[in-house]
Amino acid sequence: MSAPLLEARAVTRRYRMPRESLFRAPPVLTAVDSASFILERGETLGIVGESGSGKSTLARMVMAFETPDAGQILFDGQDLGQLSAGDLRRQRQRFQMVFQDPFGSLDPRRSVGWSIAEPLRAIGAENRAHRVAEALEQVNLHAADAEKYPHEFSGGQRQRIAIARAIVTRPELIVADEAVSALDVSVQAQILNLLMDLQDELGLAMLFISHDLAVVASICDQILVMQHGKSIEQGRATEVLNAPTQDYTKSLLIAAGA
Amino acid sequence: MKTRLPVNFLIGAVLVALVLGAAALSLVWTPHDFAQMNIKAKFGPASSTYWLGTDQLGRDVVSQLMAAARNSMTVALAAVLIGGSIGTALGLLASAIGGWVEDLVMRIADIGFAFPALLFAIMLAAVFGPSLTNAVLAISFINIPVFARVARASANQVWTREYVAAAQAAGLNRAVISWDHILPNIGAAIIVQATIEFAVAILAEAALSYLGLGAQPPAPSWGRMLSEAQTLMYLAPQLAIYPGLCIVAAVLGFGLLGDGLRDITDPRLSRER
Ligand SMILES: Nc1ncnc2c1ncn2[C@@H]1O[C@H](COP(=O)(O)OP(=O)(O)O)[C@@H](O)[C@H]1O
Ligand SMILES: [Mg+2]
Repeated sequence: MSAPLLEARAVTRRYRMPRESLFRAPPVLTAVDSASFILERGETLGIVGESGSGKSTLARMVMAFETPDAGQILFDGQDLGQLSAGDLRRQRQRFQMVFQDPFGSLDPRRSVGWSIAEPLRAIGAENRAHRVAEALEQVNLHAADAEKYPHEFSGGQRQRIAIARAIVTRPELIVADEAVSALDVSVQAQILNLLMDLQDELGLAMLFISHDLAVVASICDQILVMQHGKSIEQGRATEVLNAPTQDYTKSLLIAAGA
Repeated sequence: MKTRLPVNFLIGAVLVALVLGAAALSLVWTPHDFAQMNIKAKFGPASSTYWLGTDQLGRDVVSQLMAAARNSMTVALAAVLIGGSIGTALGLLASAIGGWVEDLVMRIADIGFAFPALLFAIMLAAVFGPSLTNAVLAISFINIPVFARVARASANQVWTREYVAAAQAAGLNRAVISWDHILPNIGAAIIVQATIEFAVAILAEAALSYLGLGAQPPAPSWGRMLSEAQTLMYLAPQLAIYPGLCIVAAVLGFGLLGDGLRDITDPRLSRER
């Protein structure tokens, strides 16, 4: 059996906080505490948990923006922490990210086409204009939008542009951290549908992070529940939603009105 | 946008336009040859031929002021360009690398900052001899820490943006990101600073020339006109007043323009001051 696409093995991340007293060691905050999960190819894993439970920190480690203090992130069987800087850079086209803030994730001084082409330039891909046009059409925008600038688009449209940038290298994994949380509810549904369509079309796996259990329930095959940096429950979405084993998960379900 | 332009910006823009206009015009035309002496006409009063009169050697004052403006602008431009580019590059580098490199660069900038600028220029001139080139180098040098600080502080902010994280996710290295994203997004802050430093450079050039460490005769300079007029203060005070007014107009103009630009590009910053 081949390795899962993405696996977190007892990943821990600690932050040193500002020193409170000269005579005591600075306090340490454990943002992610020995969290584990498995994401298979083509599937969607939703990570839920209240704000501050370590979801974004986990996402940053999956994206190799930060390295774990303990444990490993394995992408396609390779420990991201063990890759050389050059190897990591080459692997990056295989996992991309959609960020939370549609107004902050596009450089205001660069045209949309320029931003979408950025991951292609990073790997020296040919035919960039063509692939940018293709990506724009895949997210239901127009090829001509490549010439425009981010301020000419609404939040939902910008999020489509961010998704176009994320899929332009034909990655196997998309990490979406609160990718719809900043959008109006009606726009949320459109973006969620788009993500699901793209996933079918392109065979993407997705790590879908949200504090909103209803959103996660609507889109994910698997659900991981996080609390205080720990992964307390992972299972098929239907099972976790219908028969949660943890009290914390039950309280989340009640809070979500399920 | 329908925002009204701030008053400091408008006054600054008018003064700067006057000074730059005079400097540019002097390239092609001055009422007289600024170096042409005419002993018979010395200390001439303002007239239709000599609009602001003549100096102790009978040279036309207006022509000298115009040529001096060109001189002053050239020195300031060169100094701000050289010091600004080096300082900005250092600030970008410090911000991109971080860690002890950033600390080191910024501590060195602190030292440069704490050093009295003019004193440094005088030291350079004392060691390498007085010349316009050395004045430019000295003023450039004192600009480096100023721009390094501004560039680093603004760059550190831009590094936290999500579009920078997206560029990192794309696999771009920090040098490329600095060039593609950081520099364009700190451009406004750099331009504001450059305008303000332009004023500082004009003042520094005037001071150095006043001390005989800048423009050498016969190149005209407001600072030197001022020092030459000093001994004639009782005889012909206007010869000191005109270059003095020019210095004030230029320094004030660029200073106000820079402040105004800052108000326009970053209202938050100006309110904090
Ligand atoms: N760079 C950081 N430095 C210090 N503390 C951090 C940092 N990033 C996150 N934290 C802390 O780690 C905890 C988890 O944060 P985060 O991963 O953002 O949670 P979530 O995304 O689930 O809301 C929080 O207490 C947060 O304050
Ligand atoms: Mg978060």
